[in-house]
Amino acid sequence: MKGLTQIFTVSAMNLRNLPQRLGSSSVAVFGVACVVGVFIGVLSMASGFQRTMISAGSPDTAILMRSGATSEMSSGLGFEEIQIVSQLPQVRRENGEPVTSAELYVIVDIPKRSTNTSANVPLRGVEDGAFEVRDGIEIIEGRRFETGRNELIVGRGAQQQFAGLDVGNTIQFGQMEWDVVGVFADKGGLSESELWTDVRVLQSAYRRGNSFQSLRVKLASEDALEALQAEVASNPQLDMDVHRETDYLSDQAEPLSKFIKGVGYPLAVLMALGAVFGAINTMYASVSARTREIATLRAIGFGAFPVAFSTLLESLILALIGGVIGSLVVYLIFNGYTVSTINGASFSQVVFDFAVTGDLLVQGIVAAVFIGLIGGFFPAVRAARLPVATALRET
Amino acid sequence: MSDANEAALDPQASAASAGNETALVHCTNLGKSYRKGKESVPVLSNLNLNIPKGDFLALMGPSGSGKTTLLNLLGGLDSPTDGSLEIAGERIDRFSRSQLTRWRARHVGFIFQFYNLMPVLSAERNVELPLLLTKLSSKQRKKQVAIALELVGLKDRAKHKPSELSGGQEQRVAIARAIVSDPDLLLCDEPTGDLDRTTADDILSLLQTLNQQQGKTIVMVTHDPLAAEYAQRTLHLDKGTLITGN
Ligand SMILES: Nc1ncnc2c1ncn2[C@@H]1O[C@H](COP(=O)(O)OP(=O)(O)O)[C@@H](O)[C@H]1O
Ligand SMILES: [Mg+2]
Repeated sequence: MKGLTQIFTVSAMNLRNLPQRLGSSSVAVFGVACVVGVFIGVLSMASGFQRTMISAGSPDTAILMRSGATSEMSSGLGFEEIQIVSQLPQVRRENGEPVTSAELYVIVDIPKRSTNTSANVPLRGVEDGAFEVRDGIEIIEGRRFETGRNELIVGRGAQQQFAGLDVGNTIQFGQMEWDVVGVFADKGGLSESELWTDVRVLQSAYRRGNSFQSLRVKLASEDALEALQAEVASNPQLDMDVHRETDYLSDQAEPLSKFIKGVGYPLAVLMALGAVFGAINTMYASVSARTREIATLRAIGFGAFPVAFSTLLESLILALIGGVIGSLVVYLIFNGYTVSTINGASFSQVVFDFAVTGDLLVQGIVAAVFIGLIGGFFPAVRAARLPVATALRET
Repeated sequence: MSDANEAALDPQASAASAGNETALVHCTNLGKSYRKGKESVPVLSNLNLNIPKGDFLALMGPSGSGKTTLLNLLGGLDSPTDGSLEIAGERIDRFSRSQLTRWRARHVGFIFQFYNLMPVLSAERNVELPLLLTKLSSKQRKKQVAIALELVGLKDRAKHKPSELSGGQEQRVAIARAIVSDPDLLLCDEPTGDLDRTTADDILSLLQTLNQQQGKTIVMVTHDPLAAEYAQRTLHLDKGTLITGN
């Protein structure tokens, strides 16, 4: 009881003194705010990217590509193969028809709205089945492209990031002109970075004959994947790998996520070190500003621990304030902030939002707490060890 | 009449009588030296001093003669390097730092030249501080604080912050804080060093009253001979050794 009273009294007194040390305190607060800001900023970028890459995937969809192909870019499939796969029993049928989409994937140059520099944007040729295989697709403006015509629909993200993709525009790729007839959404997923057209039209525009790059199929059920893999592997006419769509997308997301984190974490750690030193400095200054108060309390008979505790608590509170400011600023600026970047795995632009999630905010605050505790530790020890007699002389 | 008052009648005798059983403070061959690199610099040496209960002792001496050092030893803020120091029956020279901390809370009250009040706390909160180290309930603490503030004549300033008080009033609050837990020993280091003559006289009268009417044992460091007049007796320190005064 007595111990708690001491701790409480000394800490409360110290905190009430804080406004007098506004200048040096704000150094610690600022440092922690920066660290937490960068930390959450980077991670929200990584998580936003990941979310975009993965969210539109569905576990009961399989994607088939040439054996050994790591992405649609490096894959090629013939019409006969696609016909065979479509007839397999593991592929879902609706009204007697297999739910599949054989697709072609090319990359076109379109300038970014923001910088006017040209960027690689994926142009995907799809079959009608694409809208059933991907059940989240929604036309949010205009209409679907018509089969056999040079018409495009553009993903919501692509439309925002790249120039000239408004409904009604005409845009030229290669030798052909295309009319933009609609904008679509896909639950925030990767497709929203793409342009879609009829696969037959794309085949002839890019002289691909009757070949494709990938085949997406809806599985009869989620656990039909292994059976389909076995079936494809055992058929000598087929030379394909079968991936679950969700797995494929997260593999695609991994290199860039890793890169963002690989740069972001060390940067955050480096800054955190800086912030720890900032906090240590601030807290040493605080202890020396409180020398007289501490020495007087110690002379009266207050223990060393309450004094150390009050210092640690001050450090913790400053760090928490910094942490809250940092996360708030990042949240206000970055949450939902849309960017596009090249995804190494597909050589094309991915448009995604920063996702400042609750998890990340918690992580940021936890980081702030650690900085506060580490930064306050040595100053707290100094406060506890303050030689009372000497300290009283100095004041 | 108490022991304290008898002793007070004969300060010379009590000062000289080493080994006096009734002495509150009992210094034998007390010494304190500081380390400066490899050298040891003596500040106090071979100091023998008894302070009976109820004494009001003024310690005088030139600057640097070791007055504050002695006061710090008596208050358990620092430990002697030689000799023994017994206060209220306890050999505090043998105490560890944390023992000293707990001992200070029970046995001494400090009064500083610059008052050393906590600026964010009201007068009554400042006075209450030493009581937070006791088992008293908040109600009992309030009562004690009120008594102490009454004694120093500041009942009506209980809610004031130090910044709203004059120097003399601040020192009264500090005195109230020093006596509130009824310690054995009041230690004052130049308590009037920062005050004008009139205010200083008020403070000294207050200390004298506390000594004479409450039986408080007081050791006061001062370089002001007029201040020393308020004490029962005066000892002079010079280069770390005592010269019996008067
Ligand atoms: N922590 C210390 N380290 C070294 N020397 C000290 C220390 N504290 C005091 N002294 C020295 O001890 C001597 C006595 O100091 P002090 O007791 O403050 O004298 P007074 O109070 O009589 O002016 C001085 O010479 C001072 O420099
Ligand atoms: Mg002195």
